[in-house]
Amino acid sequence: MLDKLKIPEHHYLNNGHSLKSWLLTKDHKRIAIMYLMSISVMFFIGGLFGVGIRLELATPQGDFVSADTYNKFFTMHGVIMVFFFLIPSIPAVLGNFLIPPMIGAKDLAFPRINLISLYIYWIGGIFTLYAMIAGGVDTGWTFYTPYSATGSNTNVIPTAIGIFIAGFSSILTGLNFIVTIHRMRAPGMTWFRLPLFVWAHYATSLVQVLGTPVIAITIVMLAVERGFGFGIFDPARGGDPVLFQHLFWFYSHPAVYIMILPALGVQSELISTFSRKRIFGYSFVAFSSLAIAVFGFIVWAHHMFVAGISTYAAMVFSFLSFSVAIPSAVKTFNWSATLYKGAISFETPMLYAYGFMGLFAIGGLTGLFLATLGLDVHVHDTYFVVAHFHYIMVGGAIMGYLGGLHFWWPKMTGRMYSEFFSKVSAIMVFVGFNVTFFPQFVVGYLGMPRRYHSYPDEFQVLNVMSSAGATVLGLGYVLPVIYFLWSLKYGQVAGPNPWGASGLEWQMQSPPLTENFVETPIVNTEPYEYEHVVVKEKHLV
Amino acid sequence: MSNAVVHADSHGQAHAAHHPALQHHFDTMGQQKEAAVIGMWVFLLTEILFFGGLFMAYMLYRTWYFDAFAEASRSLDIFWGALNTAVLIASSLTMAMAVRCAQVNKRMATVNWLILTMILGAVFLGVKVIEYSDKFEHHHVPGLNYKWAAEHPSTALGAGAPAPVAGAGHAEPAAAAAPHRELSLSPEQLQLTTQIYFSLYFTMTGLHALHMIIGIGLMSVITWMAWKGKFDAEYYTPVEMSGLYWHFVDIVWIFLFPLLYLVERP
Amino acid sequence: MSIFGIPIFPDQASTFAKDVDALYFFILAVCAFFALAVAVSVIYFGIRYHKTHDGEIGARIEGNLPLELLWSVIPTVIAMVMFGWGASVFYHLRRPPDEAMHIYAVGKQWMWKFQHLEGQREINELHIPAGRPIKITISSEDVLHSLYFPSFRTKMDAIPGRYTELWFEANTPGTYHIFCTEYCGTNHAGMIGSVIVLEPSQYQAWLQGGGLEGTLAQRGAKLFNDQACVTCHLDTGQGRGPSLKDIVGTTVALQDGSSVVVDEGYLRESILNSQAKIVKGFQPLMPTFQGLISEENLVALIEHVKSMSPKATTAAPAETSRTPSRGALQPTAPAGEKK
Repeated sequence: MLDKLKIPEHHYLNNGHSLKSWLLTKDHKRIAIMYLMSISVMFFIGGLFGVGIRLELATPQGDFVSADTYNKFFTMHGVIMVFFFLIPSIPAVLGNFLIPPMIGAKDLAFPRINLISLYIYWIGGIFTLYAMIAGGVDTGWTFYTPYSATGSNTNVIPTAIGIFIAGFSSILTGLNFIVTIHRMRAPGMTWFRLPLFVWAHYATSLVQVLGTPVIAITIVMLAVERGFGFGIFDPARGGDPVLFQHLFWFYSHPAVYIMILPALGVQSELISTFSRKRIFGYSFVAFSSLAIAVFGFIVWAHHMFVAGISTYAAMVFSFLSFSVAIPSAVKTFNWSATLYKGAISFETPMLYAYGFMGLFAIGGLTGLFLATLGLDVHVHDTYFVVAHFHYIMVGGAIMGYLGGLHFWWPKMTGRMYSEFFSKVSAIMVFVGFNVTFFPQFVVGYLGMPRRYHSYPDEFQVLNVMSSAGATVLGLGYVLPVIYFLWSLKYGQVAGPNPWGASGLEWQMQSPPLTENFVETPIVNTEPYEYEHVVVKEKHLV
Repeated sequence: MSNAVVHADSHGQAHAAHHPALQHHFDTMGQQKEAAVIGMWVFLLTEILFFGGLFMAYMLYRTWYFDAFAEASRSLDIFWGALNTAVLIASSLTMAMAVRCAQVNKRMATVNWLILTMILGAVFLGVKVIEYSDKFEHHHVPGLNYKWAAEHPSTALGAGAPAPVAGAGHAEPAAAAAPHRELSLSPEQLQLTTQIYFSLYFTMTGLHALHMIIGIGLMSVITWMAWKGKFDAEYYTPVEMSGLYWHFVDIVWIFLFPLLYLVERP
Repeated sequence: MSIFGIPIFPDQASTFAKDVDALYFFILAVCAFFALAVAVSVIYFGIRYHKTHDGEIGARIEGNLPLELLWSVIPTVIAMVMFGWGASVFYHLRRPPDEAMHIYAVGKQWMWKFQHLEGQREINELHIPAGRPIKITISSEDVLHSLYFPSFRTKMDAIPGRYTELWFEANTPGTYHIFCTEYCGTNHAGMIGSVIVLEPSQYQAWLQGGGLEGTLAQRGAKLFNDQACVTCHLDTGQGRGPSLKDIVGTTVALQDGSSVVVDEGYLRESILNSQAKIVKGFQPLMPTFQGLISEENLVALIEHVKSMSPKATTAAPAETSRTPSRGALQPTAPAGEKK
């Protein structure tokens, strides 16, 4: 049977080979592929800065690079990873590729806007890379005033413009998804038949659309203050630096959910597919995504417990912050319960899903430490926080992204990658990640502040562990590039549904046709019904 | 799911009546229009939040520095502000007329109303230029040699009874020279805090004007399309969408006008 | 505390440390329990329900409402316990006792300057007695900083233009870290120092060793003369400015009809922006000292004024975070700041 599988004659990848056929495409799948390439480049640039940080911190003295260079390293690491990798990662690549087929549509509602969003992303990226080449920026990705407005003499404005522009890419993507999910569903694809991946993206899109404009205007205010000498946040001109923090976190806290919610959606797909079982408590999982998106907007000031806000305001925000924990817990329990009496197998995507469970659990639970007022005073702005958000954003979001990429790679390219090397890579990423970031919880509770170029000697052992783990983690990230590229030419032909998954996207050929479906499908089954899947699985090892 | 999924024949009766403006990934014109409408409203939602950040900053500083805001606001010419408000409201009407005409297939009327809307938009921007250049002349542009001059006659805000002098009559001339009577603000403070007002003034009206310029740009494309006869009673979505956008920009001004011009007028 | 020479737990050197650590271990235990419960169950399920043959599918289970409610409600209850406990510790951290010893801290790029009321001034080093509550009033000369004592489990941001405060009671003599935890530019990592907790008797000895310039209030008194404050602010009440005798802690009526409690924040504002809140019956004659007086001299002046009100033991602002009221201005950055 294996021999009979062939790459179909016509598909979206060979529908035109010219550069123009790519750059002017309106096909959501081609745009997704271009996003994939762009964010991969950004990921490795951001990763190089991360390598620089870990090299510097291997010794307590600031001896690898100068303090200014180090400050630029962590700033560029944060800016590139947050705004140019994590935020577009799953939505712009996997969401773009998969939402239309998952709901039985031919394309997103606004294909042209989808392409424009990619160009906007590129323009934003060019500004930021220009800022990097022109000498970098050293404010930290948070751009706190007054340092960013008057203190720093680095390229704040080009970077800010880059982020501002990239923000519109994110807004347009979110807008496109919302309209698509509302209006492009195939007949019979009711809201409660949507895959949880789509629910998660719907929630993500709400955050993108409602949060991003606020960071945009905040950046505008910062830029006019710095560029034209307007006084808005600068205390020397009567302004309030804490207002900046409020506006910044009003976006940047929900932005964390832009990064993690899509990964939660991927996770639901993976857990269901590889246990061949309906997701446990479908509607609870779906609504918990929306709950996280909504609660995400009312917890921002937990970043400011020691920033001079009043004791009572701090209490209110602490209380509200715990509300995010509940839907996250509900999701985790439902995934665990889904495995009960499943038919579980451990292909590479499932390894990522298991890794995700562990890292997301640790990341989420350590969030409780930070929401707890009395404790946050001690750990705020220490490595404890750094470890926490890396568990969520790297452990959670990137594990989800890689899991999803491994899961849908055969759909996107029509070919399988090496099962062996991908498993090695998954394990390296999991182990390397934990060795890198777990010691940071300890060193954080000891009191090591974040953004330190040098540090007291007694923290060295833990920092060396962290740097050593980062090496493994980095190799784990490079490996997929190699076997994914290899698979494009030499990979086994995957066929339409190599995993025996239930979603509508697996009904398309692999790689899909430009118009996805020959005929608009009509849906008359519930989601995740494996009884109906014609199992055409093949053994991979 | 494969045996559960049957394929609909979407190319049935709809095929014969394909409107030229129907994009390939939509099934019907109705679906296409609904998508555009939802998309536009979501976009306007993002715009509200975009301006929302500015309104937040405005609220905070107006509370902190109310007197300075009142003082600085009195230096704006209410005539130009009111004129612009009237111009924009009129342009909303002409825009609504354009949409209506497109809806009922009146090609030339649509074009004319659109052109009139653009003219009104240009008038608004022209008035804005007059106002801005006045601010430049008076050194009221923050950061650019900013200087708050107390020369504005409007400063005299009624009840100016001087406070009783304490102590043994140390009435210094400096006290008498200060025109800011019960406003307990020194020139230095006015210099600083009115600057915040003008920072917000220029950011808010500047971004609003930018939206106007984008709107006029959009509309010239729409006008050209209308001239070419691209719209009919079944397909006039672009006209309607730019109308929604234009009304939104108007509404922003309806908020900006009282907030900036009418802080505290006698 | 350390294992194999690797430190894993910070010193407990203040009365807060035990409270905060108890909270930490409680949350750690709860989290470890849930993390292990999830880990054990998913690994067990992974083994127990491993797919045995091609085409096998999982049991058809839609969900279970009571179970969903159970695992929504239990975490909610636990979270509320965490919130309540954390809030009570925090409330304690934010409420300095009245008898606290007062120290001023000023952050600037890139050092911490401390001033004792007795007159000692220190940079990146702070000597304090054990067993006494200590309140530190914090300000900044340039950008944001954050004063952090890991061994005391407390920190607070230094915000230009405002006073913030923190307090603690050190209980174990020794030398501990001081860090700046709010990123403040190039040498952020160099903005560190040591807090030296002394036995009360040693502390007294240390105090005797320094203080050449007299107490902080005395320094303030000298400034009060040098800056000619004294020419208007006569104790008799007959001067061009109000008498400052015994005013701290009182409520004074202002010209615009409102009133204000005289505390550090108001004194600060009145010096920097003398005309923001004019006391009823006086003219706005006083020059503003915005940009003309350093943060350190400012606190000396404030201490001097406070010393003129011997009955008011503390003039602590009720809330550490004070939004400047109408017309209040912030100090301009010192000339050395780069642009």
